Amino acid sequence: MRKIILTDTTLRDGSHSVSHQYSLEEMKEIAKGLENAGIDIIELGHGDGLTGSTINYGFAAHSDIEYIKAVSSVLKKSKLAVLLVPGIGTIEDLQEAKEAGAEVVRVATHVTEADVGEQHIKAAKKMGLFTVGFLMMSHMVNKEIVLQEAKKMESYGADVVYLTDSAGAMLPNEVSEKISYLKENLSIPIGHHAHNNLGVAVANSLAAYEAGADYLDGSLLGFGAGAGNTPTEMLVAVLDKIGANINVDLYNIIDAGDDVLAPIIKNKGSKLPRFNSDSLIIGYAGVYSSFMLHAKRAAKRFDVDIRDVLVELGERNAVGGQEDWIIEVAHELQKNKKE
Amino acid sequence: MKKMKAAIIGPGNIGTDLLMKLERSPYIELDYVVGIKKSEGILIAEKKGIDYTIDSIQDMVDRGGIDIAFDSTGAGPHKINAPILKKAGIFALDLTPAAIGPYCVPAVNLTDELLDGEVNLNMVTCAGQATVPIVSAINEAVDVTYSEIISSVSSMSAGPGTRQNIDEFTVTTARALEDVGGADKAKVIIVLNPAEPPIYMRNTIYTKVKNPDIKKIREAVDNMLKKIQKYVPGYTLLVEPIIEDDIVTTMIQVEGLGDYLPVYAGNLDIITSAAVNVAEKYAKKRLGVK
Repeated sequence: MRKIILTDTTLRDGSHSVSHQYSLEEMKEIAKGLENAGIDIIELGHGDGLTGSTINYGFAAHSDIEYIKAVSSVLKKSKLAVLLVPGIGTIEDLQEAKEAGAEVVRVATHVTEADVGEQHIKAAKKMGLFTVGFLMMSHMVNKEIVLQEAKKMESYGADVVYLTDSAGAMLPNEVSEKISYLKENLSIPIGHHAHNNLGVAVANSLAAYEAGADYLDGSLLGFGAGAGNTPTEMLVAVLDKIGANINVDLYNIIDAGDDVLAPIIKNKGSKLPRFNSDSLIIGYAGVYSSFMLHAKRAAKRFDVDIRDVLVELGERNAVGGQEDWIIEVAHELQKNKKE
Repeated sequence: MKKMKAAIIGPGNIGTDLLMKLERSPYIELDYVVGIKKSEGILIAEKKGIDYTIDSIQDMVDRGGIDIAFDSTGAGPHKINAPILKKAGIFALDLTPAAIGPYCVPAVNLTDELLDGEVNLNMVTCAGQATVPIVSAINEAVDVTYSEIISSVSSMSAGPGTRQNIDEFTVTTARALEDVGGADKAKVIIVLNPAEPPIYMRNTIYTKVKNPDIKKIREAVDNMLKKIQKYVPGYTLLVEPIIEDDIVTTMIQVEGLGDYLPVYAGNLDIITSAAVNVAEKYAKKRLGVK
């Protein structure tokens, strides 16, 4: 029976939920809990990837390299992954990450722009990294275009390609249709990364599995941008229940969430991402999930309705990385309100 | 009037836009184009009766008669072309992120010394031409310790040269923000947006400043705006400088002239207009035009 490889992103996508303020000690403890449960790949770092620590995306408590070194010092079995978004991070940054202990890289581009990642995927392969192509905002185009871009990533040498639902805007039938189509036409394995903005992250992950995906993402207690990711605990329970072949132990992954992450969240005074009207609008309007907390801040700064901000960003077809547009939209809404 | 003779190497999006802008120049005549295949840019040159090669830059050197060369190939090819141009005594304007010569942003550092002393000037990047002047203006006024820019361009306007040089693009732009803009440290992010109709080029410029005097900042930015609009009329403020703590946010939009690509591709115009501006100043000097 085919093996399903689980990537946990509590320490990367979940970094959005603590505004990138994990301490090195916290990352180490969480990583140990994940490894103990049998997670195959642990992704960590700033939510927006290598060198995402900026005014635009928020400064992190530590540099990517510090995080990688800390976590790599406690891992024995799980593979350590980093995210690289071409246009934000560079090949040089990736080289440093590798030297610090990264073993896997996910090269993320907008779903129609795979070719901006050509140099990065090729360089990652040359460095000997396991290389995942990560097609963000995959809800924005049809399956033919997703395939065309996935094929580019395959041709650059990617080991896996992901259908990434950054906006949590997909429904299970769409995930199923796109994954099946990729599966039929590519020779490398397919993965899926879900967000729970419309409350269907687990259902989407299950649909992806049934359509042939071999790589699935989760994060403990659903920690992640927007309404969060697929909760890893729930994903493991569901996959276990249908008899899928995974390396992760259900009780141990539940313990990692309850005994390790939950006290950290409480201690930091952070909140668990969960369904609320903001995340719902993000999923509904198809907006990049990481925009949520930035939009909340901008709505407060310019005294406008966050829903208006998010809907307008959806209409403008903002893509991942364009957090600066949030300020522009909120500023403009405020100006219009005054007039 | 006598004109200086120019060549374009690499007639892609940027090169073809240059071709159209040079047609209007009173001081420069486009005399030759160097391509690598019968691309759209070469076909346009052919139609206009401009001499070209799709073989090698050596054809241009052997043919002779060129005073100024605009290189809009890519960082790799320009590293090969630069010494060839230098040896042939051709003044080179580098529109790739190769940056062999010093950075030139006309609104900030185009001086007689630069034109007399150098044989190769680098035009940074489109994002650099769009943002360095603003950072420089704010730095002059209130001292910038850190600057960060996010440049959004339409996918349609980003050709293979840009896509395959995205690291060089961000790194070169960041260096220019430091070296020419005067920021102590800089970070650059570029995002390609595929929306239809295509978005106008826009840039968000964050600066962390020592003296948060917003009135002084706005004045400095306004003055710079007028300087840039002289050679890029479609350069406008989208959000005038606003401040929170010590971080100033300024957003600008660049509407192009619609020469080769439609007006949304202001990212082409800002670098091609800057290059033409430098070339004309160089030509005027050499032709003795006051």
